[in-house]
Amino acid sequence: MNAAVTTSPVVGPPLWLLLELTYRCPLQCVFCYNPIDFAKVEDELTTEEWIRVLREARALGSVQLGLSGGEPLMRDDVEAIADEAHRLGYYTNLITSGVGLTRERLSELKRVGLDHIQLSFQDSTREMNDFLSHTRTFELKKRCAEWIKEHGYPMVVNCVIHRLNIDHLDTIIDMAVRMGADYLELANTQYYSWAHLNREHLLPSREQLQKAEQTMQTWRERMKGKMKIFFVVPDYYEQRPKKCVNGWGTTLATIAPDGTAMPCHTARMLPGLSFPNVRARSMKEIWFDSDAFNRFRGQGWMKEPCASCEEREKDFGGCRCQAYLLAHDAAAADPVCSKSPHHRVVVSAVERAQETRVPEAPLVFRRPENSRSYS
Amino acid sequence: MTQADRPSIRPGIRLQWEAVQNAYVLLYPEGMVKLNTSAAEILRRCDGMRSVDEIVADLESTFNRNGLQGEIEHFLQLARAQGWLSAAES
Ligand code: SF4
Ligand code: SF4
Repeated sequence: MNAAVTTSPVVGPPLWLLLELTYRCPLQCVFCYNPIDFAKVEDELTTEEWIRVLREARALGSVQLGLSGGEPLMRDDVEAIADEAHRLGYYTNLITSGVGLTRERLSELKRVGLDHIQLSFQDSTREMNDFLSHTRTFELKKRCAEWIKEHGYPMVVNCVIHRLNIDHLDTIIDMAVRMGADYLELANTQYYSWAHLNREHLLPSREQLQKAEQTMQTWRERMKGKMKIFFVVPDYYEQRPKKCVNGWGTTLATIAPDGTAMPCHTARMLPGLSFPNVRARSMKEIWFDSDAFNRFRGQGWMKEPCASCEEREKDFGGCRCQAYLLAHDAAAADPVCSKSPHHRVVVSAVERAQETRVPEAPLVFRRPENSRSYS
Repeated sequence: MTQADRPSIRPGIRLQWEAVQNAYVLLYPEGMVKLNTSAAEILRRCDGMRSVDEIVADLESTFNRNGLQGEIEHFLQLARAQGWLSAAES
């Protein structure tokens, strides 16, 4: 038996359930968090299968539900799924780029009890350029924003920030204001999957970050009481890693489009783990008994420097995927941590980000062709 | 908030009993708090119909205790600052 199981305290319920309904998406974000090999996944769960997952997870105590993707609205059964979710007592959050949203679909989603919508700005070049230059995308988002408000939802906008758009932060915030956003989340890219592949293009310089924080502060004061602005710096600039997914197998269960169940949406990249599938096993077996969910539960799996670190309760050693990507060992300390023997890797990526140079490798767009050739 | 206000839970926020957690929780966009018994008992009465005074009276009689007003009003202020409550003026 895995040591982590015996040393970990009682396993709580998967309070958060994230359903990645599809990997299909009309956009091609260079920082997409979907796996590089997403194009291999063709066999999406059916409506009935998703509904069975909802029922089983609800019985275990799942209550916050995320519907994302890909672009979830590429499926025509989001309404049916949200309907069942509401009946079961979930609080349902839809995470969408707005592409595929119509007023009719929104009315139906509202009617069946969808609780919340997060509208994201994603595509860093085409869509963002479009947006910055006021053309189609801005109009599309603005229209979505109007419908969202008209249906009584708060307007929550998320925009992924990186080296290529961070200098336009002022314009981005200004447009969010003009769209009537109540909340604006400016989250710096996290370097997994496509963003890891494109990291040299995407990691901002220290100077860019400082300017961005000033801009953000100015707007925060200006919009006090009207719009809340959140700003997340890239963890490469920190000395300690983030507490990834609140601890492996403690709170979150993610289900990929083909039914693969994972403790976080990027975990699929980790070698040596076989993730259970909801088609073959119940959510209960998956959550409590599967090797994948138990592997990094608790602290039994930790190595030095984490194993004897007095801060281990704070961050649980950081992100397993980042440990694997940067230290080639999923059980290592997250190299963002300055105590990690691999911290140098992060430091040198940050150093390179201070140079003004164009990376040699091309910027890779998240397209099915690239998915096939890079995996 | 004054004693005549009729607080109600903000649209988009939901108070709900969770059997697995054996507690009431407050659900909001991308988040949740687990409530202790007194917080839950107060929030359950914030239905936009009852005034603060009525909520106090109700809780005092339900739990057969006096002098809860200060505590309840303090919690309501807090809940309002968190954005959980809106208060319709009477
Ligand atoms: S990050 Fe971009 S490409 Fe990836 S799923 Fe989201 S919208 Fe689509
Ligand atoms: S050594 Fe490990 S546990 Fe300690 S702070 Fe760094 S990542 Fe966290």
